[in-house]
Amino acid sequence: MLPWLLAATTLAVVALTAPSLGRYLFDVFDERPQPAWDRWLNPIEAGLLRWIGDNGRSADTAMGYMLPLLISNALFGALALLLLLVQPAWLNPLGFGGLRWDLALHTTISFLTNTDQQHLVPEQSLGNLAQLGAMQFLMFVSAATGLAVGFAVIRGFSGRPIGSFHRDLLRALTRVLIPASLLLALFFLVSGVPMTLAPPLEIITLEGGRQLLPRGPIALFEAIKQLGENGGGFVSANSAHPYENPTLLTNLVSTWAMLIIPAATIDAFGRFVGNRRQSNLLLALVFALLLIGAVVAMTAEQAGNPVLERWLSGGNLQGKELRFGPALTGLWAVVTTGTMTGAVNGAIDAAMPLTILTALFNLFLQVVFGGQGTGIAYLLVFVLLAVFLTGLMVGRTPEFLGRKVEKPQVVWASLILLIHPIFVLIPTALTLAGGTELAGISNPGSHGISQVVYEYASAAANNGSGLEGLGDATPWWNITTSLSLLGGRFLPIAALLALADGFRRKPALEPSPGTLRTDTGLFTSVTAVVLVILGALTFFPVLALGPIAEALSLLPVKTLGAIGDVLNLAS
Amino acid sequence: MSIAAQLVRGLRLTLVLWLLTVVVITLPLLGLARLVAPDAASGSLLRQGNRVVGSRLVGEGFSSARYLQGRPAGAPNLAASNPELATRVAAAASRWRSAGVTDPAPDLLLDSGSGVDPHISLAAARQQLPRLARERGLPLKELERLLSQHQEGPVALQAIEPVVNVLGFNLALDRLSDGSAIRTPTP
Repeated sequence: MLPWLLAATTLAVVALTAPSLGRYLFDVFDERPQPAWDRWLNPIEAGLLRWIGDNGRSADTAMGYMLPLLISNALFGALALLLLLVQPAWLNPLGFGGLRWDLALHTTISFLTNTDQQHLVPEQSLGNLAQLGAMQFLMFVSAATGLAVGFAVIRGFSGRPIGSFHRDLLRALTRVLIPASLLLALFFLVSGVPMTLAPPLEIITLEGGRQLLPRGPIALFEAIKQLGENGGGFVSANSAHPYENPTLLTNLVSTWAMLIIPAATIDAFGRFVGNRRQSNLLLALVFALLLIGAVVAMTAEQAGNPVLERWLSGGNLQGKELRFGPALTGLWAVVTTGTMTGAVNGAIDAAMPLTILTALFNLFLQVVFGGQGTGIAYLLVFVLLAVFLTGLMVGRTPEFLGRKVEKPQVVWASLILLIHPIFVLIPTALTLAGGTELAGISNPGSHGISQVVYEYASAAANNGSGLEGLGDATPWWNITTSLSLLGGRFLPIAALLALADGFRRKPALEPSPGTLRTDTGLFTSVTAVVLVILGALTFFPVLALGPIAEALSLLPVKTLGAIGDVLNLAS
Repeated sequence: MSIAAQLVRGLRLTLVLWLLTVVVITLPLLGLARLVAPDAASGSLLRQGNRVVGSRLVGEGFSSARYLQGRPAGAPNLAASNPELATRVAAAASRWRSAGVTDPAPDLLLDSGSGVDPHISLAAARQQLPRLARERGLPLKELERLLSQHQEGPVALQAIEPVVNVLGFNLALDRLSDGSAIRTPTP
């Protein structure tokens, strides 16, 4: 009962806090007065922009936004890559050397794309200079890049010019991510999360064994990891490790932190278009999808593993921490895959098949709150398609937010939705064709298929979680997932910006009696159906081969045996 | 605008943001951490005498019969359907049976997520008290009292169920036995 109560409370707090942060994001990105900040941040931001050489004026075209994004992201990545390849001795007390090139490349691309998929064991390969200068740096700027894109797209949909990338990036950091991360870091700190540059400590245990305590500057790292939907752990065990997530309370706050910015971004969208009913319905839609997933996963984890009934009873504790228990670890799995954070507080690999099914479903849809900034953008793409389809069905001119939805919009929207399956299913097929050794599968049967498709889905969705038994620290995995990471990040961003910029140029229409309203419960339900059909059916075959088959394989003990008996009796 | 000019902008931006997100915000927080929560900041270390023997937050391995033993670690990623999981659980259950625990608590059989889960359930701890009482020559009542002192749980939002901090308990156990060994020298 208690886990359900705490889960419900956490989600309720998200729902209650999203509108005020949504208002805040609206003020930041619509450049409204923020007296508390403006006095001293305005001159700093203006000074920095001037020094960079940017006048801060809105881009005229999608390309004008995309080009500085690409150039700066390439340079962010280059700096981080250099730090990982070299790893100087400074702030590197254990003296770790540079990473192998493919591992360095994958890690850089993974953090640059706001994914944070990790094929390395950080506490055994990264010194504090790399953790701060490469990992923490990329976590901040990739989250800021995502937010910038999200609000550029929102501006386009609301008929405004799409804005200036440098200006958005800077304000996303100075007014949103940095202050929020500092506050959250303080909370983590007083809750027990280490924050020190003192070297990891090797101790002799009570029994005389050796153990390394992987302390470090974790509190701030952890804050941007959760708030920025990054998910990359300071240590390999990620949020399962007590240094990253020491108590039940930090676990609940971390769950809230993953959801709050994407939820607030959807709320801010409503304020941009002057229709909060629209944004509230979209929020209700993604909340409903999250709740369904949460109920499925929490129930499955609490019910436990039927295979082990001979030895134990109760929930599925394999790969889980007692601080959080089975149900709240299930909730986390749903939230971390819905929001594209990818942090884990327990092994998803050891989760029940229905939990893995839910997680994969979230990775395929990409809109159950979705990535930082990009979640709302994908959601709007689905809404556009729903508008188009319902328009066709009822014979009305498809219109959204006072503009006609025509061929170019539908083409862009379709392309955006095609990118994901391409970067998930094709490499999955290639890897599976290469055999289990190439694939590095660690769990037999249908679960092995889940491991492979999960890794690519996580990469292409810029999530970062994984079924971590997978042997993925190989050149094959590093290089192929790097392609999915890049393709799943920058192609959709370019297409989304083009879509939004094209949309804002269309003439604004007054609503007529023939206009199909999009801010109704009925239309939102249709959007939900479109989401599930377009977003998930593409992937249904692979879900059937992976988690669905695995779930069935756990049944035979009772259910399938009973069915067999009935059939035998009948014959 | 030329690509070269764009590159210069990008380089300057990278420099500014690197300093901002790596140096400018991290350093003050490191300083603040030493003021506000020096113990947590440096890893919540536990000492026996002058020697650091672990962290209050991080579990460590115990295999001796004289100590409360924690959760198993090593293979957290075994899938629910993997036959190896059942094999491991069966082996762990039979080890506990031969140590006198007939029906071991689930958390003694299933791997933690981090490999360093600092806790075990109250049930798992109680199952080990008779052994500890025997090994240490301590009355069971005394151990029960110790157990209640080292509980953490949902009331303070530390854990979803009442649990015992294994390292904390074992340190207290050592303190207790040292004292009792001096008090009651057996003839």
